[in-house]
Amino acid sequence: MHDRLAETVRIEGARILATLIRTVGNLQLAEDAVQEAVLAALREWPATGVPPQPRAWLTLTARRKAIDILRREGARAAKEREGADLMELSRPDLPPEGVVRDDQLRLIFTCCHPALAPESRVALALRTLCGLSVAQTAAVLLTNEAAMAKRLTRTRQKITASRIPYRVPADADLPARLPAVCAVVHALYTSGHAPVGGPVLVDVDVCGEAVRLARLLHSLLPDEAMPAAVLALLLLTEARRPARVDPAGEVVLLADQDRARWDAALIGEGLALLDASLRRTAGVADPYQLQAAIAAEHARSASYAGTDWAEIVRLYDLLLSVAPSGAAALSRAVAVAEAAGPAAGLDALGPVPPGPRWHAVRAELLARSGRYGAAVEAATEALAGELTDPERRHQERRRAEWAARLT
Amino acid sequence: MAQYLALTYTADVDWFAPEQAEAVAEYRVFAKENAQHLKASAVLHPTSTATVVRVVGARGGDVITTDGPYAETKEALTGYYLIEADDLDAAVAIAAQIPAAWGGAVEVRPVLAAN
Repeated sequence: MHDRLAETVRIEGARILATLIRTVGNLQLAEDAVQEAVLAALREWPATGVPPQPRAWLTLTARRKAIDILRREGARAAKEREGADLMELSRPDLPPEGVVRDDQLRLIFTCCHPALAPESRVALALRTLCGLSVAQTAAVLLTNEAAMAKRLTRTRQKITASRIPYRVPADADLPARLPAVCAVVHALYTSGHAPVGGPVLVDVDVCGEAVRLARLLHSLLPDEAMPAAVLALLLLTEARRPARVDPAGEVVLLADQDRARWDAALIGEGLALLDASLRRTAGVADPYQLQAAIAAEHARSASYAGTDWAEIVRLYDLLLSVAPSGAAALSRAVAVAEAAGPAAGLDALGPVPPGPRWHAVRAELLARSGRYGAAVEAATEALAGELTDPERRHQERRRAEWAARLT
Repeated sequence: MAQYLALTYTADVDWFAPEQAEAVAEYRVFAKENAQHLKASAVLHPTSTATVVRVVGARGGDVITTDGPYAETKEALTGYYLIEADDLDAAVAIAAQIPAAWGGAVEVRPVLAAN
């Protein structure tokens, strides 16, 4: 019960922050006011019960807290007070839905401004758009709370000092600004879906937050192809999540996943979004559309063996031509092996920069070629690098199986 | 209104050399087109004319001057413009027209308000 309450308060808090930032004209002050309102709700509601209109309660409390902070800080906040819309702050009613949506878009584009460092954009999005605490933000981005607090402070200072505007870009500037926004949403999902190391494979909460943000962005900009493609990609990936780990928390490879456990409703939604996104794009597909198309290809196949691997290789080739990356090249090599055999897969691995997952793929392909000794060596190389605990256990299991074949 | 210093980093050239005439003319065009946003500007002699000053220890210590550039880099600070603009987006739009932005790089830094 308390967890659900905390979740509601966090999401509502993040929702009202965007409007409060515009009203007080200062990110830090608005964050502090919402934080105080959220803490007040968590303190009072368990005793008094949730008020009939929690959103109104939080909005009015946050406005009062903002006025309190402005008064408390006196002369130091005189400048902020000049910029603050005190009339709006002392109003008893809620802003109309359209105003809230415009403010949310403003906040999204400010957090994802290209003048901010990419890591800072992700951190600020987690803090302000998802309403995570500094400690939670630090945990998601694998750093400590003090370092995260410092980074967030520097980021807010840059926004204030360099006057990054609190504004939705003009239509003409959207194509230049949207990729940074989409990259933040995608990076967020990836940080929850495939953390570099650590005890669990999937951090449920972060993926859920990323999907929520992707839905928000798509609902705010329904006619833009890129947010639709990002949402499609996230939903098609998310649909497979229940089958990615077994009840004991062990990794289940795509080949062994129980496809009945994939979420058919999410797949349907993802496929429809991808189609709609592709219809809006003339010419070259963007990286999110191509990644979503690859995920869609898997989602549509009834079995691993029945997958159209040649089509997947073709999509990876297109993806690498618009957005080259080591991770995509590695996945392409896996698809090549499925389409044309392990020897072709090993050839495709050649030019890809090695890392723990590269060694793991190589080990698998060597084993399939019957070269168990070399497979054991490659698995040992993979285990020397950073893997999540379930990946590590999987790799150790495979290495033991291959080693057993040698004797 | 806010002020931004746009620092130009380009090849370490002597702007007075005849072969720079064409480049200098491009900068003049930029300055003319954006005159109402530019509060000040300067062109610097090449880094070979630079003198580095250090005081040993604390204030009042020995003054040590050394010749030449502080650090040997491919791109050097070769000039600046003081831009007045509403916000960073507006400042960046102006800075993107400075020829250094494609011949090298322009660093845009907000100027601390005087009050």
